[in-house]
Amino acid sequence: MNKAYDKSARVVSKALGIDLTELNDWNCCGASAYMSIRELRAHLLSARNLAIAEREKKDLAVVCPACYTNLTKTNHYMGEDAKLRRTVESALKAADLQYMGTVKVRHLLDVIVSDIGETKVRAKVTRPLSGLKIAPYYGCQFTRPLGDYDDKEFPTMLDTLLKWLGAEPVNFPLKAKCCGGILMITNEPVALSLVRSLLDCAVQNGGECIATICPLCHMSLEAYQGDINKAFSTNFKVPMFYFTQLMGLAFGFSKKELGINQELVSSKALLEKRLEVAR
Amino acid sequence: MAEKIGVYVCDCGSNIAQMVNCKSVVDYAATLPNVTVAREYQYMCSDPGQELIKKDIKGLGLTRVVVASCSPLMHELTFRRAVEEGGLNQFLFQMANIREQCSWISENKEMATERAKAIVGAAVKRVVFQEPLEVKKVPVNPNVLVVGGGITGIEAALQIADSGKKVYLVEKEPTIGGYMARFDKTFPTLDCAACILTPKMVNVAQHPNIELLSYSDVTGFSGYVGNFTARIRRRPRYVDEEKCNGCGLCTEKCPISVPSEFECGLGKRKAIYRPFPQAVPNVPVIDREHCLFFMKGICKVCVKFCPRGAINFDQMEEYKDLDVGTAILATGFDLFDASKVKQYGYGRLSNVITSLEFERFSHASGPTGGKILLKNGQMPASVAILHCIGSRDTNFNEYCSRVCCMYSMKIAHLAHEKTGAKVYEFYIDIRAFGKGYEEFYKRLLEEDTVFIRGKAAEVTDFAQTAAEKGKLIVVAEDTLLGIVRRIPVDLVVLSVGLVPRKDAADLARVFSISRSQDGFFLERHPKLAPVSTASDGIFIAGSCQGPKDIPDSVAQGAAAAANALSLIDRKEVALEPTVAVIDEESCSGCKICLGLCAFNAITFDESKRVSRVNDALCKGCGVCVAACPSGAIEQRNFTDDQLLAEVESVCASER
Amino acid sequence: MVSLSEPAERRPHELADVFLDAVYEIPGGERIKQCIQCGTCSASCPTSYAMDYSPREIIAAFRAGMLDRVLRSNTVWLCSSCYYCTVRCPSGIKLTDIMYELKRLGVEFGLVREGAIAPTISKAFVNMVDNYGRVHETMLVMRVFLRTKPWALLKMMPQGLKLITRGRLPFLPHRIKGISEMNKCAGAMTDAMVAGLHAGGSAAKEA
Repeated sequence: MNKAYDKSARVVSKALGIDLTELNDWNCCGASAYMSIRELRAHLLSARNLAIAEREKKDLAVVCPACYTNLTKTNHYMGEDAKLRRTVESALKAADLQYMGTVKVRHLLDVIVSDIGETKVRAKVTRPLSGLKIAPYYGCQFTRPLGDYDDKEFPTMLDTLLKWLGAEPVNFPLKAKCCGGILMITNEPVALSLVRSLLDCAVQNGGECIATICPLCHMSLEAYQGDINKAFSTNFKVPMFYFTQLMGLAFGFSKKELGINQELVSSKALLEKRLEVAR
Repeated sequence: MAEKIGVYVCDCGSNIAQMVNCKSVVDYAATLPNVTVAREYQYMCSDPGQELIKKDIKGLGLTRVVVASCSPLMHELTFRRAVEEGGLNQFLFQMANIREQCSWISENKEMATERAKAIVGAAVKRVVFQEPLEVKKVPVNPNVLVVGGGITGIEAALQIADSGKKVYLVEKEPTIGGYMARFDKTFPTLDCAACILTPKMVNVAQHPNIELLSYSDVTGFSGYVGNFTARIRRRPRYVDEEKCNGCGLCTEKCPISVPSEFECGLGKRKAIYRPFPQAVPNVPVIDREHCLFFMKGICKVCVKFCPRGAINFDQMEEYKDLDVGTAILATGFDLFDASKVKQYGYGRLSNVITSLEFERFSHASGPTGGKILLKNGQMPASVAILHCIGSRDTNFNEYCSRVCCMYSMKIAHLAHEKTGAKVYEFYIDIRAFGKGYEEFYKRLLEEDTVFIRGKAAEVTDFAQTAAEKGKLIVVAEDTLLGIVRRIPVDLVVLSVGLVPRKDAADLARVFSISRSQDGFFLERHPKLAPVSTASDGIFIAGSCQGPKDIPDSVAQGAAAAANALSLIDRKEVALEPTVAVIDEESCSGCKICLGLCAFNAITFDESKRVSRVNDALCKGCGVCVAACPSGAIEQRNFTDDQLLAEVESVCASER
Repeated sequence: MVSLSEPAERRPHELADVFLDAVYEIPGGERIKQCIQCGTCSASCPTSYAMDYSPREIIAAFRAGMLDRVLRSNTVWLCSSCYYCTVRCPSGIKLTDIMYELKRLGVEFGLVREGAIAPTISKAFVNMVDNYGRVHETMLVMRVFLRTKPWALLKMMPQGLKLITRGRLPFLPHRIKGISEMNKCAGAMTDAMVAGLHAGGSAAKEA
């Protein structure tokens, strides 16, 4: 689902000098589904990833807010709740693993904006996204509940980054509202209604496309525009970009290198209008 | 000569007697050396109980008294007085706590009784080593310092001044009046705030016993009860208070306009200004950050037009030392910063205002001349008032700010009266606890105010229906109906809570008083001593102690005044003699004790190279006594002999 | 919203206590006692409009021991974990975590709304992670829909084909190398819990 996110993230991280290595033999963090069935084993999933990262003496950068929440929650709760820590530690021991709580978990956007910073990012921009009106969509778990690096109601990190890329982030009142997440599978009508509001708000505020920082949000907002148009008699054709794809475009990479050719709603016309983008 | 000790074991009704076998303790006490008499009584603190002691002192020639009963915090003073009245020095008395430290905490009667015997035995051993001490009396300076010129400080100052004592009223702003001067009407009577406040302000200005030091701060405060020295910094107005007649011409002619703090930034003031027309003193002040003369050396229009030549750009900051006997802190509160709660859109959305901003709109001399107007100049047809902003919230302040429910209702009333708008109040609980408050609530219901029980979750401008277009939508669950509602309105008023002032920490440090966990000044006892502090002679009153409305603030102002006057009328204050004493022969001049004293009671005599304790400032905490490496410091009534006697006795006892 | 005339089914008292204890066990769970029923959670919730009982009502019903209406309602499985309630609650209640616990209790005690597919999907997800260590979306979706609404699979075909042709749906599942070690850990965790390190509620039944 997320090959484009993976591709574009690696490409721009390399350009910025961020050393990203795929975590060795990582396992699924459990998203929200695992926690709905098993609490402690859900923590165990995250603890294993944290333990492997600690063993390799690396911090974790994630591109998915759900992974961020699960890893951070486990990190946090193990520090706060002694019983939980003891249980998870004794489980890890069975595989000769241990976790001492030293790993920092960061979202890649936070690393780029907070650590890399404006000067370095702007220096890499060869094709500014001038005139491109983007609605920056954060979704829920980027800052809620444990992402203290940006505001929980009206985060601005993505807006800031888009400005560095030369684009025009539009005012987007619903920027941190829920897309429904897994509800698109379990309760489609409700999720369609939520996504419809988001698309509506983005378009009404002048957004020509939407930037995301979450693969599930991306899927929800991109893949169901047809269904929404049918259900609500609307006419949405809003291209969706991962923030890393937009960075890549601004840095001069090709659409193929960034996985933009895998999109479901075409951005061809928009990009041709706004930028000189070849293939 | 052998001492003659009287031991009195109290039953304390059943508090002690149900666990401790008092008769057996009495019998045991009677066997101890130096004990002349040992008695049991039901309530030693009662009159007959005290009579027992007095009678025995006189009749048996007792030289020491031990009472085994409750905690010294309860009745030590009672018994010391009884002993003194019996003709014996009150410090030849020792209290043995066999209630809180024995009966109330023992698991069974045997344990309790043995423990009681040990405690009594220790007291008996110790009391032999006690010496007669005299309470030190210091005179009380009748002058009073009142810090803060809001309604609370004004009340306190007037009460004290009317009694004939001199008051120094120090106010940080250029005028007295505080927050009350900024309100339009007050609940529940809907009195005009200025109408009831300004006469009091004028009284203060004209009172012969009140010296008003406005535009001033307290930068230092030292001394002890009855004998304090306050250092006041007088900031320069650049206008001579003596010469100015308040004509206002300078303000009229000044070319510089800046946002007015008094108007919450909604209106303007000049660089030379009075905060509001009825300011006391009625003398303007120059804001040197915006005055053209101070910035560029030009203009001086005010000088040109002033008929009295009162402008003086050369004024300097001045320091003044005041000698006072007591101080009352009435420094008030600040309002919670609503921009912290981003979901309500304060600062981001137009037409989301705070309660104080509403007051300024509603006020006849406010920025809109008393009209409630939206940013586009029109009157709102619908208003939402959101309760509990920043209060009752673990994310901000846990406490309830007490006044917001009532002022929200007042705002609802004013909004409806002035605009005919439909008014909604979003609340969690209605706190209408005072006199006339519940009736005011009923009045608001009568006026068709819509009360929705549900804390507003957010205010948004993103419309979902045609009716919501162009409006602010308040989203809340109507918990009584069990439905989430979206209410479109024109104007949103945030009922922000009260918080301690930004300078509360600094002020607490200057006066060496404590603050409670919420940041407000700490009272000595929340029920029985709400206006005193742990520091004798320093009182607190009004919202600086905790959020409160005007009636309670005035009551506390008067209460603090009464406390101060009570101290002053005693003419002298008795200081406990159980202080630290330094034996200058043994003092090696190491100065370790100096840094340890939390009360700045120790000074160093450079010529003699020894430390000295000021026994008026010393609180007898014992820290220096323990720390002195030469053992040169002793604490009266807690000498090594006395303490060791107690310890030895307890260690030697059977248990 | 449910009408007032619905009969109040009550479970035996012990079960209500078991559930309450389970909620108190999760980190921060005890704060549920401090709920002042202000309604911020319900009004912040993006899906509360579709819920039988609002989040606030769930807490009230839960504290009143009225479990059936809590767990048989559609509420807990409509929670999308957006965390608005958690972040805004003035009493600091971690409501999202409590919703997760209620989901777990519902699955454990078989108290879910009839026809609810969310538990089925979550269980399939868990199954896949336990066997492969990662989730293979194609297989997951196929398994879920085959079990719940096979005809919907046909509807999804065009969508699915689009995703496959754009290279967005993987064909083959990937099994992590450490899968057996992970299951060893899971086994050790079960032992630890049974030994009483972590007692009570659904956690004890995680075996």
